[in-house]
Amino acid sequence: MRRLLIGIALGFFALFLLLPLVVVFAEALTKGIAPYFTAIVEPDAIAALKLSLAIVAIVVPINALCGLCAAWAIAKFRFPGRSLLLALIDLPFAVSPVIAGLVYVLLLGSRGVLGPLLQEWDIQIIFAVPGMVLATLFVTFPFVARELIPLMEQQGNDEEHAARLLGANGLQIFRRVTLPNIKWALMYGALLCGARALGEFGAVSVVSGHIRGQTNTLPLQVEILYNEYQFQAAFAVASMLALFALITLAVKALLERRYARELGHH
Amino acid sequence: MPGFGLAMGVTLAWLGLIVLIPLAALLAKSLGNGPAFWWQTLATPRVAAALELSFFSALAAAAVDMVFGLIIAWVLVRYRFPGRRIVDALIDLPFALPTAVAGITLTALYAGNGWLGRYLEPLGIQIAFTRVGVFVALVFVALPFIVRTVQPVLQDLDKEYEEAAASLGATRWQCFWRVLWPALLPALLTGFTLALARAVGEYGSVIFIAGNLPMVSEIAPLLIAVKLEQYDYVGAAAIGTAMLLISFVLLLGLNLLQRWLRRGRM
Repeated sequence: MRRLLIGIALGFFALFLLLPLVVVFAEALTKGIAPYFTAIVEPDAIAALKLSLAIVAIVVPINALCGLCAAWAIAKFRFPGRSLLLALIDLPFAVSPVIAGLVYVLLLGSRGVLGPLLQEWDIQIIFAVPGMVLATLFVTFPFVARELIPLMEQQGNDEEHAARLLGANGLQIFRRVTLPNIKWALMYGALLCGARALGEFGAVSVVSGHIRGQTNTLPLQVEILYNEYQFQAAFAVASMLALFALITLAVKALLERRYARELGHH
Repeated sequence: MPGFGLAMGVTLAWLGLIVLIPLAALLAKSLGNGPAFWWQTLATPRVAAALELSFFSALAAAAVDMVFGLIIAWVLVRYRFPGRRIVDALIDLPFALPTAVAGITLTALYAGNGWLGRYLEPLGIQIAFTRVGVFVALVFVALPFIVRTVQPVLQDLDKEYEEAAASLGATRWQCFWRVLWPALLPALLTGFTLALARAVGEYGSVIFIAGNLPMVSEIAPLLIAVKLEQYDYVGAAAIGTAMLLISFVLLLGLNLLQRWLRRGRM
């Protein structure tokens, strides 16, 4: 029984997870090392990498900071509508990434609700970088809040109350008491948020103008190369993303193992 | 405790601007030409086929993952074998790997001349560019949701209950059915719900392997993107709201089922 179950589990794992991972790197290296690096340092790929990293650099701090505020409000206080707020924060996880892009096109696109207004002011959001940032903010919205809320609820308010009694002000309480207690969970949430932001495809694809060198992120660059039948180049760029994914998983596993208690995961 | 006003203000502004106002634009747009027009859009054969494909293949994929996810979680928690930690860490690969990368990789695996496709094709099994391809991609994407919700429950489950049952003369099958299954079912259902929500809206990993033949292998999120490219904003919005509505009903149903189960056990 034991052997059979391990066999089934490892077989499924090898077929659905391990094999695809091997294929990404193998396909990227089909023509050897030199073409691999040529594909990676190609100007469009570099521009896509820069844009992807820029989006991550904007999105992660915003969602981390706002997620922290949400966690503070929800975990430390009781108020009417609390569970509704919790459900609404989780909502983006149940929405298709394509719909996440769609809603911004409908709101801010040239034929959208605010389209005429934006056109008058000559502001372009859709088919440009700001729209891609917004769509990424949407899909990565819950990550940090979701990680922090259960942990902060579990930790309770006792330490903060004690600090208060000793005369600390709000900022001091946060910096000296709360933040040290949640810093690893904050990192963990930010890691997941960043990984998703870097790899987001559907939402960004809908609001991007697909302009090479300008509004292409790494995943979009993979699609373009693939559709042009430049398979090896597509897989070379994809292998970079796969490498980021592996690093994410390694850091995640490390955090989980070393800080299980601080993360509240047990 | 200080800071409620500030934290709440930031949270509501963030939620409103990023999630709620754009979603409201979606609702407004989809009903802009009246509910009759909305229904008409959904009743077109192409849209109906896409919605059907998205929901049924997501249900099938989540169901298959429920079986294999349970086995994998079981093996990871109960057995020790070489490479267990690496398997455990890589279970989250579908979370971390950008969907576009997953999409082109699965296509490279299952296309007629692909790594696995070349052996399956002579047997008359075609996976890439068919509905089966959609299903395979969704199985890949949804797997971690099941494993990660069942795993902690299994970890907390004391072996003593099974041992007690076994010492009282229960067969292995009875142990599973009467002792383990009732304890695992709520977690399995939660995992199923999360897997379903993710699979229904999945875009990037599906569109490369599906072939996207209208009426056959075209998923609903792709049809939204197609309609957007044709500037059919109302049509795209109609499909978007229909997807949200069906998802909402499904998730609500699963939630109620879970509540009913929990009450039955107490």
